[in-house]
Amino acid sequence: MEGGSGGSCSSMEKVMGNYGDQPHVLAVDDNLIDRKLVEKLLKNSSCKVTTAENGLKALEYLGLGVDGRNKLDTNVSKMNLIITDYCMPGMTGYELLKKIKESSIMKEVPVVIMSSENIPTRITKCLEEGAQMFMLKPLKQSDVKKLRSDLMSCRR
Amino acid sequence: MDVGQMQRTWVEYTKSLFREGFLDAQFTQLQLLQDESNPDFVVEVVSLFFEDSERLLNDLARALDQQIVDFKRVDAHVHQLKGSSSSIGAQRVKNACIAFRNFCEEQNSEACLKCLHQVQQEYYLVKNKLETLIRLEQQIVAAGGSIPIEELSF
Repeated sequence: MEGGSGGSCSSMEKVMGNYGDQPHVLAVDDNLIDRKLVEKLLKNSSCKVTTAENGLKALEYLGLGVDGRNKLDTNVSKMNLIITDYCMPGMTGYELLKKIKESSIMKEVPVVIMSSENIPTRITKCLEEGAQMFMLKPLKQSDVKKLRSDLMSCRR
Repeated sequence: MDVGQMQRTWVEYTKSLFREGFLDAQFTQLQLLQDESNPDFVVEVVSLFFEDSERLLNDLARALDQQIVDFKRVDAHVHQLKGSSSSIGAQRVKNACIAFRNFCEEQNSEACLKCLHQVQQEYYLVKNKLETLIRLEQQIVAAGGSIPIEELSF
């Protein structure tokens, strides 16, 4: 059971802005092979990709300090999507999702959660916290193409 | 061997790997991701898998060798290995990891050790198969041919 591909178009529109044809995606996963795979899958769907190996590094990249204060020259305005693994040491994908949704500058950026485990309560929890979509690993090209077209369908 | 023969050999060999359960559909996904912009993608991912798995297997052996086994740590390593093997389509390794995690939960050292041996065995088997497959692919490409991935839909 995959999470619905719902989520408000208006929030997507605010972030999509003028990314041209190459949305910038931040992919977070502690597994090296999975990082390489998700990067290729996204690049094949014409996305620009930055990877991070854990939640803390992801937050740093996004300019969200651990203390909650935002840096001035953040990468925020350039980020169109964040896709993160759920099971990560230290900060889980869910915790990362929460931090992003709590941030005044990042909360509009769609967040997709990936997991190798199909646990309905986990999926519900993430969707209720504001995740755009929940995707089951291992990811296939068709999953990412669909994600990409969902992003596109929210643009005028 | 001419290119056609090499290609047929590749197809037969790959099909047998699927039939015997060494590889699953996710491996085909990997093959499909390879393109002109990234002609060595499969080799790169598989090489990463080898490095990462061998490191994890060493960590697992060490963790299980401790006086007091930290099962959370063991489970974390197995979880990683299960993830990577699943992502590249190394089905038997993945399944061995699933069984392993059950014994981690039970905190059963002896069973865990048996599982580790099982995972090691499956890993070295699939490593050998993948190296053979890649060698075949490189021979085909060197002879000017292409990998007939489309022949895999069965």
